[in-house]
Amino acid sequence: MSKLKVAILGTGNIGTDLLIKVLRSPVLECVLFAGRNLASPGMTKASLLGVTVSAKGLQGIVDRGAEIALVFDATSAEDHHKHAPVFARLGIKAVDLTPAKVGRMCVPAVNLAECLDLPNVNMITCGGQASIPLAYAIARANPSVEYIETISSIASRSAGPATRINLDEYLQTTENGLQLFAACERTKAILNLNPAQPCVHMQTTVMAKVPHPDLQATRAKVADMVARIRHYVPGYQLLLEPIVESGRLVTMVRVDGLGDYLPKYAGNLDIINCAAIAYAEAFARRAP
Amino acid sequence: MPTAHPHITVCDATLRDGSHAYSHQITLEQVRAYATASEAAGFAFVEVGHGNGLGASSLQVGESLVPEREMLRAAAGCLRRSKLSVHVIPGFATIKREIVNALEDGVALFRIGCHCTEADITQRHISYVRSVGRETWGVLMMSHMASKEVLLEESRKMQSYGAQGIVLMDSAGAYLPQDVSAKIGLLAEKLEVPVGFHAHNNLGLSIANSLAALEAGARIVDGTAKGFGAGAGNAPLELLAAVLQRQGYPTGIELYPALDAAELAAKLFAGSLPDSTGITIVSGLAGVFSAFSKPVQRAAKQLGVDPRDVFFELGRRKVVGGQEDLIIEVADELARRASSQPPARPRP
Repeated sequence: MSKLKVAILGTGNIGTDLLIKVLRSPVLECVLFAGRNLASPGMTKASLLGVTVSAKGLQGIVDRGAEIALVFDATSAEDHHKHAPVFARLGIKAVDLTPAKVGRMCVPAVNLAECLDLPNVNMITCGGQASIPLAYAIARANPSVEYIETISSIASRSAGPATRINLDEYLQTTENGLQLFAACERTKAILNLNPAQPCVHMQTTVMAKVPHPDLQATRAKVADMVARIRHYVPGYQLLLEPIVESGRLVTMVRVDGLGDYLPKYAGNLDIINCAAIAYAEAFARRAP
Repeated sequence: MPTAHPHITVCDATLRDGSHAYSHQITLEQVRAYATASEAAGFAFVEVGHGNGLGASSLQVGESLVPEREMLRAAAGCLRRSKLSVHVIPGFATIKREIVNALEDGVALFRIGCHCTEADITQRHISYVRSVGRETWGVLMMSHMASKEVLLEESRKMQSYGAQGIVLMDSAGAYLPQDVSAKIGLLAEKLEVPVGFHAHNNLGLSIANSLAALEAGARIVDGTAKGFGAGAGNAPLELLAAVLQRQGYPTGIELYPALDAAELAAKLFAGSLPDSTGITIVSGLAGVFSAFSKPVQRAAKQLGVDPRDVFFELGRRKVVGGQEDLIIEVADELARRASSQPPARPRP
C-alpha cells in the first residue's frame, strides 16, 4: 500500500512535533514541510531529517498541490482563514490545528468516522482534545448536565508565542467544543500556565453540575473513554476518577507527551497532534 | 529634613479580594453600602468583582452570587471621586466576553494580572484597553516566586504593551520586608511607570511590607477594609490610612471616613473577617495562593487529611493561582497515602 502524501504548513512546536509523528507513521509520508523561515529550529530539524522544506509558506503548498492529498495547518487561526479556501480549491484535505473553526470539530475518540469524508476538519484545542471526551462521557452517563467546565494547566515552556497571544480564542473554541459534544448550553474553559521547574505535565480537569449524578455509570463511561483515547494518545491517564466534591462532579486526567519534539511534559502539544495523526491515518487507511 | 513625601495612590480592593473571604457571595446591597463608604473615605480606586477577577465565576474557583456586570454597575452608581477598577486574568477573562462589557459598565481602570513569569499573556488585553483610551496597569501575581531580575523583565514587557502602572502582588503572603525593599526598589528605579504593592497578611507583615514598599519607591498601595481578603487577608486600609498619615504621605484619604468604612465592613461582613490561623500561617510559609484557604479546608475535611499537609504539598508542587483543581488531587493522594492504598495515579 502506498503511503498518503501529506504536507505540514507551520514549522513551530506543533508543526515540528507533527513532522516527527508523520515520519514514524506506517501510512503517512511527508512530502513538504513549509513555513516562512529556513533558519527556524523546526526547519533546521526537518532539513536534518532529510525532509523537503519550503520557506514560501502557503505558496509552497500551492506549487506542489497536485501531489499533496492532505495538509496539516499548524499556523494560526487568522492564517487558516486565508489558507482554507486555497486548500479547498486545490482539493487538498485540511486538518486544522488552529482554533479557526472553519471545519467540523473532530475528537477521534468520539466522532472520527463521521469526519472522514469532510474536506476540512478542526482539531479544536489541546485542552479540548483532553476535556471534551470526558465531558461527552459525563453527558452520556447523566441525562441532565446543567453546566460543564474544564481547567487545563500546562507548563509555561510548552506554550509557544502563538498559544500565548491566542488565549482568548483558545477559551472560546474549547467552550464551543464542550457545548457541541456534551450538548450543554453553559460551558466554561480556564487555562493556567505554570512555570514550575521541573516542568509540570499537562493536567486537565472536568467539572460538571449535575442534579443527581449517577457516579457508577459516570465512572464506567469515563473509564471506557480513557481506554479509547489511549489507543492514539498513549500518555493519557486518569488521575482522579469521577467523584462528587462540594456539589461538583469532578474528574481529572494527566497527559504525558511522547517526547517527540518537546519533552514529555508537553502533553498539550502531544494530544492535539496525536489526534490529528489518528485522523490522518484513519483517512489514509480508508483512502482508495 | 527629609524631602516632602510623594502622593500615594491607595486602592481599595475590599469588594474584590474580600470576595474570596466571603466565598464569592457578596450581595448588591453590600456592594452599594461599602462603595459609598469607600467613596466618602477618598480612596483613589474601588476594585469590585469576583476574587479572581472578571469572568472567573466558576466551579474551579467558586461561583459568584451576583453576576459581575450587576456588581460593577451597582458600584459605579455610588462612585464620583473614587474610580472603579477591576482585576483581569487572561485565561479566565477574554476581551470580547468580559472586557468590552466592563468598559460599558463604567470601569475606569483595568488591572491586568498574570502569574509573575507570564507577562506576555497580558499583551493583547493591555493593548486593547489602552487602544480604547481607558487606564490599565499590569499586575504580577505570586511575585514571591520570581527573582527581582525576572520581575523587572516581566514588568518591562507589560510597560511595553502600554501598562501605566505595575503592581506586585504578594498573593501568598510570603514576603518579608527585605524582599519587598529589594524587588520594589529595583522596579521603582528602572521602570518609567509607577509601581505598587498588594500585601497579604499570612505572616502578619501586611502593613510592614506595604510601608517597606513605599519607602523603596512604590507610589501605589492596595489594601482592604479590616483586611477583608483571601487567606489571612490584606493590609487593613484603616491601618494603612493611619500609618501613611503618620509618615506624612499625602493620599487624599480622610481619616475618620476611612475608619468608618472599616467599621461598616466589619458589620457588613461580620463572621467572615479574616483571621490568622495555623492554616493561613502554613499557607504563607508554603508560598501558596491565599485564596486556596477555603477550598483546601473543604477538601481536607471531606477526604480526612490535615489541611496543613495539603498546603505544604501544594507549595512543594509550586502550584499557581487558578490551579484550585489540584487541591482535590493532592488531598486525595494524601488520604490514599495515609491509608496506604495505592494512588489512582500511575507511577511515573
